[in-house]
Amino acid sequence: MPDWMLLLQWGDDGWGDEMVRGMLMTLAVACAAFLLGIVIGMFGAALKLSRYLVLRFVGEAYTTLIRGVPDLLIIYLLFFGGSMAVMTVAKVFGYDEYIELDAFAIGTIALGTISGAYATEVIRGAVLSVPKGQIEAAKACGMSRFLLFRRIMIPQVARFALPGLGNVWQLTLKDTSLISVVGLVEIMRQASVASGSTQKPFTFYLTAGVLYLVLTAFSNKGFGLAELWANRGVRRA
Amino acid sequence: MDLDLMAEALPKILDGLPVTMGLAATSLFAGFFLAVGIALMRLSSFRPVSAFAYGFVYVFRGTPLLVQIFLIYYGTGQFEVVRESFLWPVLREAWWCAILALTLNTGAYTSEIIRGGILSVPFGQVEAAKACGMNALMRFRRIVFPQAIRQALPAYGNEIILMIKSTSLASTITLLEMTGIARKMISQTYKPLEIFLVAAVFYLTLVFIVTRLVAFIEHRLNPDRREAARNVKGKDMTTVAALGSDVR
Repeated sequence: MPDWMLLLQWGDDGWGDEMVRGMLMTLAVACAAFLLGIVIGMFGAALKLSRYLVLRFVGEAYTTLIRGVPDLLIIYLLFFGGSMAVMTVAKVFGYDEYIELDAFAIGTIALGTISGAYATEVIRGAVLSVPKGQIEAAKACGMSRFLLFRRIMIPQVARFALPGLGNVWQLTLKDTSLISVVGLVEIMRQASVASGSTQKPFTFYLTAGVLYLVLTAFSNKGFGLAELWANRGVRRA
Repeated sequence: MDLDLMAEALPKILDGLPVTMGLAATSLFAGFFLAVGIALMRLSSFRPVSAFAYGFVYVFRGTPLLVQIFLIYYGTGQFEVVRESFLWPVLREAWWCAILALTLNTGAYTSEIIRGGILSVPFGQVEAAKACGMNALMRFRRIVFPQAIRQALPAYGNEIILMIKSTSLASTITLLEMTGIARKMISQTYKPLEIFLVAAVFYLTLVFIVTRLVAFIEHRLNPDRREAARNVKGKDMTTVAALGSDVR
């Protein structure tokens, strides 16, 4: 057996199972962060489309800041700043020891904040591309705001936003690799641990690359199918 | 908020600005030529060539930049052949590894942008150029490329910004650009908020300048759109410049 196959064996002798476990962790953080990002994105889009200047300004500031600063910097800030903030609060309640935050939770929050900014733009664009006449017509039919939202807005916004959200997902998935620098054991972290103990960095970073490629390839397919589904019954030009 | 610390961090992080800009500028420059080559390969009718270009783009867009940087910086040293070859003095240096990874990465993304631009040139124009007797090189230089670049500029502006931000990853392989310096200062002071704020302001300023620059170039390169906008809307030039830029 070639060297690299031995290294990537399943079980106690090889790193195969560890790498796959890292991949599952990557997937878990990415999913959690993406969902959080969509929720933040909906609020962000609502802010940016609000009729009040102050709210629009808040939305604008959020997206500009997050999209103008490197992701790594944001992650560092939330990691270091997050645990300090919690400790400051804890001190008020008379708790003085060092508190380390859960890497998964803070990783999700950090990546969710980042993908939220991109999702905001995607959702905002999708909301704006719903024809105005339809909303007027729905109002003329006497639909309540809720019904209008549920029947007219959501189905169309979801369809328009899907391709853009696919990009956001891809970005979030790849950004999870940055969480490794602060200690969550996902693909990248696992690869660096493995290459540290075996002195075979190329083998393990290449494996990491392949695992990411598998994830991105599958999710591309998934989003392609979702788009087909969302566009069922829509006539193509 | 420790304002003294922020004042202290300001010049220190500014010291990292040349490294950040050097990384971004070098890799964007080299990456652009790579991208034009890859885009042309992708559009080639010879299958193996277009398949190679497709594979290159797929791999570099489908994996995180951090993996690419680590693979080049830590990974290449695994092989005796590499360590003894003439490439080693280059691959041993964090700087060149970062440049190589960033160049390949931006090359892949930019090639897609340029390909889109090339495809947007109306086919009739190429036909007309052929009918005029232009050869392939001249057609590309005079007809296709100038228009492709205009079409691609807004997207390329985004790519420039992404690259400026991506240089922060070089701090993971010991390079002391702005993020690296900020990180180092935090490990000494343990005041993340103040120092990262200073670094963030630098990045934001840089990004702002680039967006304005791209908007300006777009304005200059599209006199036709400029005229049309003025005639239709009857607005003064500054408003039109703002209208013409969809990069924010």
